[in-house]
Amino acid sequence: MSAHEFEPRIVGFLCRWCSYNGADLAGTSRMKYPPNLIPIKTNCSGRVDPTHVMKAFAEGADGVLISGCHPGDCHYINGNWRTAGRYPMMKKLLEQLNIDPRRLRLEWVSAAEGDKWARVVTEFIEEVRELGPLGWKDQVADEYEQQEAVSA
Amino acid sequence: MAESTNGEPRIGVYVCDCGTNIAGKVDVPAVVEFAGSLPHVAVAREYKYMCSDPGQEIIQKDIKEMGIDRVVVAACSPTMHEPTFRKAVQSAGLNQFLFQMANIREHDSWVTEDPVEATEKAKHIIDAAVHRVVFQEPLEAIEVPMNSDVLVVGGGIAGIEAALKMADAGHTVHLVERDPSIGGHMAQFDKTFPTLDCSACILTPKMSAVGKHPNIKLHTYSEVTEVDGYVGNFKVKVNKKARYVDIDKCTGCMLCTEQCVVAKVPNEFNESLDNRRAAYIPFPQAVPLRATIDPERCLQLTRGKCKQTCVEACGPGAIDFEQKDELVELEVGAIIITTGYQTFDNERIARYGYGQLPDVISSLEFERISNASGPTGGEIVCKNGEKPRSVAILHCVGSRDENYNEYCSRVCCMYSLKFSHLIKEHLPETEVYQCYIDMRCFGKGYEEFYKRLMNEGVVFIRGRAAEVTAASKRQAETEGKLLVTVEDTLLGVVRHLPVDMVILSSALQAQPDAKEVAQLFGFGCSSAGFYIERHPKLEPVSTVTDGIFIAGCCQGPKDIPDTVAQAGAAAAGALALVDNRTVKIEPTISYIDPEKCSGCHICVGLCPHNAIVYDAELDAAQVIEAACKGCGVCVSACGSNVPVQRGFTDEQIFAEIEGALA
Ligand SMILES: Cc1cc2nc3c(=O)[nH]c(=O)nc-3n(C[C@H](O)[C@H](O)[C@H](O)COP(=O)(O)OP(=O)(O)OC[C@H]3O[C@@H](n4cnc5c(N)ncnc54)[C@H](O)[C@@H]3O)c2cc1C
Repeated sequence: MSAHEFEPRIVGFLCRWCSYNGADLAGTSRMKYPPNLIPIKTNCSGRVDPTHVMKAFAEGADGVLISGCHPGDCHYINGNWRTAGRYPMMKKLLEQLNIDPRRLRLEWVSAAEGDKWARVVTEFIEEVRELGPLGWKDQVADEYEQQEAVSA
Repeated sequence: MAESTNGEPRIGVYVCDCGTNIAGKVDVPAVVEFAGSLPHVAVAREYKYMCSDPGQEIIQKDIKEMGIDRVVVAACSPTMHEPTFRKAVQSAGLNQFLFQMANIREHDSWVTEDPVEATEKAKHIIDAAVHRVVFQEPLEAIEVPMNSDVLVVGGGIAGIEAALKMADAGHTVHLVERDPSIGGHMAQFDKTFPTLDCSACILTPKMSAVGKHPNIKLHTYSEVTEVDGYVGNFKVKVNKKARYVDIDKCTGCMLCTEQCVVAKVPNEFNESLDNRRAAYIPFPQAVPLRATIDPERCLQLTRGKCKQTCVEACGPGAIDFEQKDELVELEVGAIIITTGYQTFDNERIARYGYGQLPDVISSLEFERISNASGPTGGEIVCKNGEKPRSVAILHCVGSRDENYNEYCSRVCCMYSLKFSHLIKEHLPETEVYQCYIDMRCFGKGYEEFYKRLMNEGVVFIRGRAAEVTAASKRQAETEGKLLVTVEDTLLGVVRHLPVDMVILSSALQAQPDAKEVAQLFGFGCSSAGFYIERHPKLEPVSTVTDGIFIAGCCQGPKDIPDTVAQAGAAAAGALALVDNRTVKIEPTISYIDPEKCSGCHICVGLCPHNAIVYDAELDAAQVIEAACKGCGVCVSACGSNVPVQRGFTDEQIFAEIEGALA
């Protein structure tokens, strides 16, 4: 498959107060962006656990976006600071697993920023497209099989 | 795929066409067929408008007759109709949390160009919801007591109206206004279109009613600095700025003002057309009628040295230079935001000469010079004191202009007509030109007012003015005049109008701090800064945050009748909440199993709302249900995965991820 034809699959974790509403605003404003990202709503971006990110990659995602309120705007006072604090740690974790850390992105999108949402999604999809398919799902499955074989 | 823990679920999937909003882009029959093939899905159906009564009845019938025990509706954003469908499933006997919404409109059909791609995306979104709903559990809403007091922020006509309505209904209302007096823009006007009622005559009685109302606690010269809590139980901190006058002792006699030695402070109320003192009352009808000492201009406060003639003059001894800002904490059940607007900065359009040519004035400046209590005593005069023999009013300054604001400010055509009438009334011989793009006279009695003005001899020129310049000194007949260049698009000629005065009908804009205020209270504003209502048609005064309402020009430019109507609607919305003794809140909060918790304390320090305490007896962290807001930070922070956020469990999120990528 040439890089041009590759359509990345992306999971987006959106906080319910800012980013989810920002994405809604992009919709009500009829802004257009590519369809590769499937949104998952959490109350706060601070709920996004490293295991959610790993799960997404293991299920075949080529990229993961976490999007929350701007620092200082969090509906839960400082839940998004927790996200911001966890983000470098998650990037490190990806590196250790040989996953390009650019496949994970954190963005602040407010409820008023429909345009930013459309832009961020478009840019991220393009970036992941350039990185090419991750193929972690198959890799994980293979390794699992090998392990099974060894222990059998 | 992970198996359900609740036996074999029977899921119903309902895909909405939303007229053509979804079906125009997404191949709904194909999506329905796909949904029907997913594991555990017992039925999948399409309907034109799922949110309509017949749409809801389809779901309810399936629950009752087919034993559907989990429901997915693929339609618009949950912000829009999640409550509708939750109610529908609940009344059919199914717990409302066994329902999941798949947003295939705002997140799909409206944003995806290609129909095939939109259809594929809809399938993924629905797949995620179906996977998730398998793991959803019945939850019961938590009932907490409702505080019956309300807060109104902004004391313009919108805030005044809302506060009076709720106070009359018997509720304690806190009205917070940042200026020394309530009144807002309306207090500056002389007459109001289209009926030309005297603004002061209709506003002043309402202002004093606010001042005297036993149920209204007025906090002027104050601003909200912190908002915490949720519907029914907001905790708000208000900073009462020091006015250096004891408001209980001051009688509003204005002797301090007369004696104040700082005389050259631009008078904001008169749009800086004249000066006030550093000790001042903004205008004679101010509520409260109490002096304020301007901390930026008072000599004592800026330099620590002054004769203090004000202190000497004040009989009751109300002046207190030691006064400090005071932080007041309020607890309220609902909040109404009525922070109004500012007008466009005319200097941004340099070719109109505002700030350069003295007789190019703003609309609010004209309001003040035409006002009998204004700086000219109601005489419409140029800067040199002479009466203008000709006036041009330029419409849409900063409105309907992609360089500034794309929107129409809605009131400028009408106030421009009002100005024409006032000029003709004061100075019948004066020529008045209106340079307009379209006349937008949409309200009740507005078109009639326009007709009336056409008969008063006002000249209407269709065309946006190109520029305003000072006429050349060499031409005797126009010397000293302003030249307005405008293309008359009806005649197809460019005209140069020599006039004595130019009034710029400036756009209405969001307040400069609108974004910060929206963030403080937790709702959105448009890129122009106007607050976003929950639904543009059906919930025009609610916000996405339960219990917080908006009204007046902070939501968008509008006239006084619409402002007052919104204020009434917001008051009704707030009353419908605070008249209840309790309020139900979302049960999507955290739970910590003391058996599993090792008592490491990590979550205790991370909880943003101090809702987790360490219970020494159990040697475990415990969640205080009434304080937990459901952010889920503790869940993702715990090293041993002990806290569980109901409605957002790891199982549910994992399943959703699986479905999204299936
Ligand atoms: C030149 C001109 C002429 C007009 N003439 C007419 C007319 O004849 N008839 C008509 O129907 N309409 C007229 N309008 C429109 C009219 O002004 C508005 O409809 C009306 O004033 C809106 O009221 P409001 O309460 O929403 O806002 P405002 O009048 O702007 O009041 C807002 C209040 O909130 C306060 N505030 C702002 N931010 C905060 C904060 N963070 N904390 C606390 N307080 C805050 C402000 O100090 C102010 O007191 C005119 C407008 C203009 C510009």
